[in-house]
Amino acid sequence: MTKEEAENGRDDMVIDGAEQANAIPDGFNANYLRIYYGKLFPHADMFKWMSYGNDGKHPACDKSYFGRREFSFTLENDIYIRFQSFNSVIELENSIKEKCPFKIDIGPVYSVDPAKRHAYAGDNVFTPVEREVVFDIDITDYDDVRYCCTGADVCLECWPLMTIAIKVIDAALRDDFGFNHILWVYSGRRGVHCWVCDGKARRLTNEQRAAIADYFRVYKGNENSHKKISLPGPVLHPFLARSYTEVLKGFFEAKLLPNQSLLSSEDRYEKILEMIPDASVASELRGRWQDNKRASMSKDDINLVRWDQLKSVLQSGKQKTQGIRRCVEEIVFSFTYPRLDMEVSKHMNHLLKAPFCVHPKTGRVCVPIDPNNCDEFDPTTVPTLSQLVEELNREGLRQDAENEWDRTSLGDSIKFFRTTFLQPLLKSCKEGIESSYNAKLQQSKNTLSWTRQGFFLTAFSPLAGKHHAWLI
Amino acid sequence: MEVVQSHRKSSSNNVIVSTLPLYRSAPPLEVRLEDFELFAMDRLRVLKGISDGLGRGKKPEEMEKLIADLWKANMRHPQANEEANKDIISHFVLRLVYCRTEELRKWFLSMETTLFRYRFRFQSSEAQRALMSEFKLPYKAVSNAEFESVKDKLGQVARSMGQTLAAADAIFYKVPFEEVPELVAGRRVFIHKGHAYVAMNQVVSLVVTQFRSYLSKALILTNRRVVGILAIVIILVDISFLVLRGYLTNPRKWTSTVREQEKDRLAPIVEALCTSYLGPDYSQENEVGEISLKDIYQIAKTSFPLCMRHLFEKVREDHHLKHGGRMQLGLFLKGVGLKLDDALAFWKAEFAPKVSAERFDKEYAYNIRHNYGREGKRTDYTPYSCQKIISSTPGVGDHHGCPYRHFSEENLRAALVRMGVSSRAVEDVMDKVRNRHYQLACTLTFEAVHGSSCDAGINHPNQYFIDSQRIMQSKDSAYLLELKKSCQVFSFALDEEPLCSVWL
Repeated sequence: MTKEEAENGRDDMVIDGAEQANAIPDGFNANYLRIYYGKLFPHADMFKWMSYGNDGKHPACDKSYFGRREFSFTLENDIYIRFQSFNSVIELENSIKEKCPFKIDIGPVYSVDPAKRHAYAGDNVFTPVEREVVFDIDITDYDDVRYCCTGADVCLECWPLMTIAIKVIDAALRDDFGFNHILWVYSGRRGVHCWVCDGKARRLTNEQRAAIADYFRVYKGNENSHKKISLPGPVLHPFLARSYTEVLKGFFEAKLLPNQSLLSSEDRYEKILEMIPDASVASELRGRWQDNKRASMSKDDINLVRWDQLKSVLQSGKQKTQGIRRCVEEIVFSFTYPRLDMEVSKHMNHLLKAPFCVHPKTGRVCVPIDPNNCDEFDPTTVPTLSQLVEELNREGLRQDAENEWDRTSLGDSIKFFRTTFLQPLLKSCKEGIESSYNAKLQQSKNTLSWTRQGFFLTAFSPLAGKHHAWLI
Repeated sequence: MEVVQSHRKSSSNNVIVSTLPLYRSAPPLEVRLEDFELFAMDRLRVLKGISDGLGRGKKPEEMEKLIADLWKANMRHPQANEEANKDIISHFVLRLVYCRTEELRKWFLSMETTLFRYRFRFQSSEAQRALMSEFKLPYKAVSNAEFESVKDKLGQVARSMGQTLAAADAIFYKVPFEEVPELVAGRRVFIHKGHAYVAMNQVVSLVVTQFRSYLSKALILTNRRVVGILAIVIILVDISFLVLRGYLTNPRKWTSTVREQEKDRLAPIVEALCTSYLGPDYSQENEVGEISLKDIYQIAKTSFPLCMRHLFEKVREDHHLKHGGRMQLGLFLKGVGLKLDDALAFWKAEFAPKVSAERFDKEYAYNIRHNYGREGKRTDYTPYSCQKIISSTPGVGDHHGCPYRHFSEENLRAALVRMGVSSRAVEDVMDKVRNRHYQLACTLTFEAVHGSSCDAGINHPNQYFIDSQRIMQSKDSAYLLELKKSCQVFSFALDEEPLCSVWL
């Protein structure tokens, strides 16, 4: 919803011999964007996705479905327009090409076409009826546990925090909640978005979405409150236990701890010692670490050495209190466990940036991320707008205007989107439409066959969800 | 139409399977007019008591006792069927009253659901099973074979909650996870491939969700129909005047007739009113005095409650506030009397070191105008009450919420000291906090800072502000009289001045 201002530009990008104006960051400007929307943005794929199989080819298709979806555009001069809706792929494509929005957000599917919302008054008439379950993970929420960058910066040292967040959440969405059609997208600068597109997910109420978000919630509190992770109970819930043993523990010990030097200096290890509820245990460790000599003689990484010491003290048989033993996990969780933005997930009407948009501040395209290979995802090599335009220019004009993206670095992303996400999703949607249609046919056949005395005409009204019956 | 009392089996064994009505349809019963109103008032007392208990953050065991006591005190009748009638009638009368606006519906739904939840827990397990089937929940018990395969995980979940998986009640139900959102949210069930494994003792959650969903729909339907009911309009107006917000904002509207009878009738309601938030919502800009921009800085030091002081300090310090903080503080300021233009100037000035004027206009101004009802669907947003603030969940980088609840002990102490609260008073406040009486803690703070008592108790930040301003401003008799009148509204226990009533 917000438009960030243009900052310093890069001066090493030269296209067609023309020089960059200094005000444009990484070659982001309306002209490039126009080319992008003209030749690269996958309008048809977005349309197919958002239609969820309601493309009119089957008698049971809901032809109004796509037209009831809200889009919002942020235009060049920070003009923000909501409640945009389109009845066909052509309308969508033309509007995007014409308006050239700097950002496109996707909202819910409403009960009626958003463009006609004013015609309906009163409670509950113009209301969201379907919306993907979405998650937004932003690395700035981890600023208190990363030392390499702050704010909007991201580097390869701290990006893995996003990677493990994807692994934890993705596994739970599939194994625990039984969802299948999940799309992870790079947000273009410093985070990731997740779109859960199963029919069941789309029809969840706000309360049910909040339940899912709370299921994932472990990190509570902020600088005003005390401890932020609390894992009560003698054992962890299976979801947390699995996340810990399969993802978090390994990552923390092998990567985060040494890379961020979490125990090497006093101000850093103090943060961890603060998390130990028993002051005597903390001071025992503090005493050992303040005495540097022995540690510096060892060849092993000082962070790992100290972590082992911490673990052996906290988990030793001597510790009687439950809370002390659990402390090790709490420390690991507080550094690595995913931090979701609860508000994004809890409301159906929350607007979220569309995949394949270009981020105005970085010029990077919001490309999908493969959750099965997320370790390999590198945010610093995601194609940028200017890079793509340059690639197009390099290839020169060609006869077929189809699939221009295939000649550019965007090609792989679009192919991935189609094969791993879109096609399975559409197949499943069509199967769903067909089977519910057949079920209804069967049901009305049964109704007809029962009544000999009179003729019952049954009709099904999808919006109202009621059966009407008239005795003729 | 179902008959509500399907459970009343008075068999020869005198086994009554369940006395818990589901309020599916309006009772075909004859009622005396006086009972109509009296029954409703009694039930209202129960609901208000529940609201109060929840507001104080009472734990489940405490709530159980509270509700049992409330029910006994207000709804009991020596004859079981009389009690059932009262139960049903009072519910339906209150439905009529509380269906009128979204906020009333939300409150009523919340309290009735809580009441139902605890009453359900009191039932025997047979009665519970009977009720479950009444709701037509098509959930099957987990087969032995499947149970064996997930037993470990079920045990793990139980132990994570400090319980054990007793072999005896190893009856589990497999239900789609979306049917038990509370259990999922609290990670109190094992879920696999979209199904939650719900223990028998958690079945409450299933049933309550169904009850809630049914009642929610019924309330909306009732609202659409209530226009046609004429016979009971007068009595309903009686009750609704108490309940809708209009009358409390302007005591001058009241006439001065009092009848002993009415005093008794009104007293418990009014008394109970102060503990749940059905008081003024401070949303009418015209009714509150104006505050200018330059005054804000001064009055923030003297008359803001801690929650707003903290936000105010933070915005001045950080030159920024996240969304939750902007809403909580922004709406409060609106309630205090800050006009839209002054509000825009205030936020703009505070954000200036970090946000340019242009960017402010693009990104923040719209939302402020929206809060004042000048944009979009022109809803006039009401400042948050204490209940709402206490139940919010501030996250990373947030400063909103109730400090008495959300701050750590040291941070809270430090903040109170900065406010000028004596160390003795700080201890009293911390004691209240430890017992989770957040609003009482705020009340004590008010009393310590102003050196005078506040019998009404703090229920709303704007109330804190108004009361504080009154004390600060003047010893004028007119103000004192005003203060006395508003105290009568909030706390009946005061002196001999008659309570005024507002009837037509």
